[in-house]
Amino acid sequence: MSEEHDVHIVDYKFNILIWIDLLIFTLITIEIAQFDFQELTVVIALIVASIKTYLVGTYFMHLKFENKFIQLMVIGVAVIFIAVLFFLFTDYLYF
Amino acid sequence: MSSQAVSHDDVIHFDPHGKKMGMWLFLFTEILLFGGLFIVYAAYRFLNPEAFHAGSAELNMPVGAINTVFLLTSSLTVALSITALQKGNGRKAYNLIMWTIVFAGAFMVNKYFEWYAKWEHGLFPGMDHYNELSHGEAQFFNLYFFMTGLHGIHVIIGAILLLIIAHYIKKGVVNQKRFIYLENGGLYWHLVDVVWIYLFPLFYLII
Repeated sequence: MSEEHDVHIVDYKFNILIWIDLLIFTLITIEIAQFDFQELTVVIALIVASIKTYLVGTYFMHLKFENKFIQLMVIGVAVIFIAVLFFLFTDYLYF
Repeated sequence: MSSQAVSHDDVIHFDPHGKKMGMWLFLFTEILLFGGLFIVYAAYRFLNPEAFHAGSAELNMPVGAINTVFLLTSSLTVALSITALQKGNGRKAYNLIMWTIVFAGAFMVNKYFEWYAKWEHGLFPGMDHYNELSHGEAQFFNLYFFMTGLHGIHVIIGAILLLIIAHYIKKGVVNQKRFIYLENGGLYWHLVDVVWIYLFPLFYLII
């Protein structure tokens, strides 16, 4: 009785759907990169990459079904990283 | 032999939650390792926008795109492998891990040819062509080689870990009831995928 993992099995089909979404978003980044949106180009690329990361984290890494503590820690690390980026860019933008 | 020692043997503690927590803590250190490099990248790119544009133009976008597809697919096969093992299909789980290794290998072969082409053009730090580059462009190639190199090392380590896990699936040590090692190996692999999800647009798709 050592194993009391509350197992949530993600369906094969569902995994494949996530993979198709990821491929579509990859295509979108490549297509969007053909246009010049000036400073926004990087921002758009990062937003699409973050959507892909969200999909991988939530479904492939099973964060959706993970216990609250791990979810909170992941959010904490993401917030720290985004905060550092934010301060970097506030510095640049007021140069 | 006291009876207590015998009963102790019966209670081998297996703690999947603790193992997973440990894996996530390790992944956080990885996230901040690559995160720091991305911040360095952001700083230099902001200071040298034209040089980064010129550097990016030297990279082979289709190769990067194909590698993205390889890694995304390898992530899918790991996710499917976990599903298979949880459903009790060890053989299928094993085969899916092998497919992951195949995609990882394809990624590295691609990477090899890509790096080799840069090497031939003398773009590796310290070579002729590299030495003639502007400061910003040299910085771009420093970061390109360091970040894709570090990522490549992670791909190799991840593939080795998954091979070891596949071996234990075959032996039945990692099974329907105890799949935490496969889950943790999968977590590492997905993190490697996520790093590439950012590397690809930031290096190959600069306009």
